Amino acid sequence: MTSRSPFFFAIFLLITAGLSLAVLRHVELGIPWLKGEQRPVWLVEARVDFQATNGPVLASLNIPDQPPGFQLLTEQAASPGYGFSIVEDGGNRRAEWSKRFASGPQTLYFKAQLVPDPSAGAPKPKRPPQAERMFWEEPQATAVREVLQQARERSSSPESMTRELIKLMQPENPEQNTTLLVSGTNYVDLLARMLNHAGIPARIADGLQLEDARRRQLLKPYLQIYDGEQWLTFNPHTGTQGLPENVVLWRQAANSLLDVVGGSESQVTFSMLRQTVPALQLARAEASDNGLGFISLYQLPIEEQSMFRMLLLLPLGALIVAFMRIVIGIRTSGTFMPVLIAVAFVQTSLVPGLVAFISVVSLGLLMRGYLSALNLLLVSRISALIILVIFITTGISIVGYQMGFNTGMTVTFFPMIILAWTIERMSILWEEEGPREVVIQGFGSLFVAVCAYLAMSTPLAGHLTFNFPELHLVILGLILLMGQYTGYKLSELRRFHPMKAYDQ
Amino acid sequence: MSWISPLRLRRAGILSMNRRNVDYIGRYNDRASYPMVDNKLKTKLLAAEYEVPTPKLRQVVRQQHEISHFRELVEELGGFAIKPAKGSGGKGITVITRRDRERYVKASGADVSLSFLERHLSNILAGLYSLGGTPDVAIVEDLVQPSAGLAKFSFQGVPDIRIVVFQGYPVMAMLRLATTDSDGKANLHQGAVGVGLDIGTGRSLNAVQFNRTITLHPDTGLPLSDLKIDDWNDMLVMASRCYEATGLGYMGVDLVVDAAQGPLLLELNARPGLAIQMANGRGLLGRLRTIERLKRPHFTPEGRVAYAMEMFGQ
Repeated sequence: MTSRSPFFFAIFLLITAGLSLAVLRHVELGIPWLKGEQRPVWLVEARVDFQATNGPVLASLNIPDQPPGFQLLTEQAASPGYGFSIVEDGGNRRAEWSKRFASGPQTLYFKAQLVPDPSAGAPKPKRPPQAERMFWEEPQATAVREVLQQARERSSSPESMTRELIKLMQPENPEQNTTLLVSGTNYVDLLARMLNHAGIPARIADGLQLEDARRRQLLKPYLQIYDGEQWLTFNPHTGTQGLPENVVLWRQAANSLLDVVGGSESQVTFSMLRQTVPALQLARAEASDNGLGFISLYQLPIEEQSMFRMLLLLPLGALIVAFMRIVIGIRTSGTFMPVLIAVAFVQTSLVPGLVAFISVVSLGLLMRGYLSALNLLLVSRISALIILVIFITTGISIVGYQMGFNTGMTVTFFPMIILAWTIERMSILWEEEGPREVVIQGFGSLFVAVCAYLAMSTPLAGHLTFNFPELHLVILGLILLMGQYTGYKLSELRRFHPMKAYDQ
Repeated sequence: MSWISPLRLRRAGILSMNRRNVDYIGRYNDRASYPMVDNKLKTKLLAAEYEVPTPKLRQVVRQQHEISHFRELVEELGGFAIKPAKGSGGKGITVITRRDRERYVKASGADVSLSFLERHLSNILAGLYSLGGTPDVAIVEDLVQPSAGLAKFSFQGVPDIRIVVFQGYPVMAMLRLATTDSDGKANLHQGAVGVGLDIGTGRSLNAVQFNRTITLHPDTGLPLSDLKIDDWNDMLVMASRCYEATGLGYMGVDLVVDAAQGPLLLELNARPGLAIQMANGRGLLGRLRTIERLKRPHFTPEGRVAYAMEMFGQ
């Protein structure tokens, strides 16, 4: 059958596309394969305190903008009576609080949730920064020149020069020049100025060490130099290159951390908490701003989402029915009646659903016996049956409720029309083929429905079908593949067993 | 529980349901031709064009109000059969053998009233027996009087001969005999006896009921092993001619032998069942492949029948 190879190739493509899209989305969006996966998240709270001076207040706090190694999940501000907004200004994000009149001690809060993400890098500067020109007075000018000269001799690149400079500037280094320079000045600021003097763009960034349940923490300065491609971070005391783990750079490009107009004695302190959130929730929050997020259903309103949750389980049921009928060879009454019954079971749960279904169908069969004696036309007979089915379900619900079984009410989840047709078909089957065939097909349908229910009600199935809708391509591929199955059904191995007698 | 391994089934060349649907029905039967065989009325008209005789059509009931005239029109008929035009698997067929004053006697011997028949007609029109429940028409045709040679084998009803025709070649045949278990119906799964027939001679090969080999008819007690169909060649040619009429590559042709008129076409089936393999004790697959491998197919029904009789005869 050479003509079938394009078909199999298409199926192969379909299944590969479904699987690889799922894997891609798992890797890119972090949608977990399993339901209960947890991920750590840092909740960082910045607290701004100041004394308002009886007048209008404008407080502006620098907030993280793409800190390397972290992803910003949520941001929120809590400050009663203040107007709040986030202002972006030249690659520099600031939270701004404003109030017409304030007096006395004021406290403002800014909270951010940060997710560790090793792949998140710092933003590229739009323009390569230039080293600033520095002016030194004597005797510092000479000392700077000599120290830089020493550092340059021991190094070959901006990075190694920075490391050597930091080493030279350590207090244990008994050099006169160093002692002269370090005394009485801001040490990190001095390093940045010296590097700029040597022609290397350098700046100071403020980092926050993240530790679980710490309060009143302050930012620590880090030295950053620009190597022509990106900003490199150095520890200004040890010379270690790179950002230590669990340090978030709160301020990078901005000049000031906090500006308060209309207040005094301002200060910022930080407290932090390590939380865990379900990985799925995280993925949802991140989905909107990712290129692959468009396939996900998270953007839909919650009501539609829950509808899709149910809808996306149906292909799984269809797969089970196809398998049971094509490969196993179970006879069912109505091709997809079992799937619809299984959907109802998902809502009623299995045992009450089974009891309700069997009682409605048996009562319906009894009543249908009377209807057939009335000699009605088919359409009105089915219509009458639908009404009877509604009566039966109402009766079961009321009786069940009076007897204290809430489960009796779940019978309303069954599709009435399907029930009516099932009863009609079973009744005709009874008349034509006898009760044996009714039992075979009835139990065949119920068996397939229960199998479909078991597959659809597993939490993993619900999770995978909803969060990885592309996996339905795989289901589609499998169903198409089964459509080409020309082998024997399991039931045929039994049906044809008398052929043994001839096969000698 | 008794099972057979798939390897043994394959060795025996048994055609499976899935392969029948995909490789034969799906490939050789054009959907557009289905209405011709799914509607018995169309089949009858078509067969007449190709000179394939069928039981005489007496009446067609198309509308609900026509049912009231049903009685007048069957007044002079001794026996008749009511069939839904789009029925399948023998569903909805009621055979009346004679009248007993106001009662109509069915093939099973039970008698029914006129109102029963009218209700039955109304059910047929509403589509109760038709494929997919679409509205239908009821046809009333002459009762076939089975030829004495075959009638004695059947408990009730008329024995019919099912011939599977593949691309115009008769590949396998069986005789279906009604029993008490099958309530006068000729469907194997309802308990009728299936007797495999040798394509070469029309002699019986093997007989089964409920999938089990038997040698005697369960009701009449007659031996089924030395049975022979008369006019075998003509019947095969008739069956083969239906291929020209419908263009269906894979179909089942149901024939009966009338005592007066000889072989008649009863109905055509675009999805013939697989039980014929059990009745013959042989698989269909080998024969179907033989036809598929044929480089120069025969263009006349006679040529195809001669080829099939030679190839598939025992």
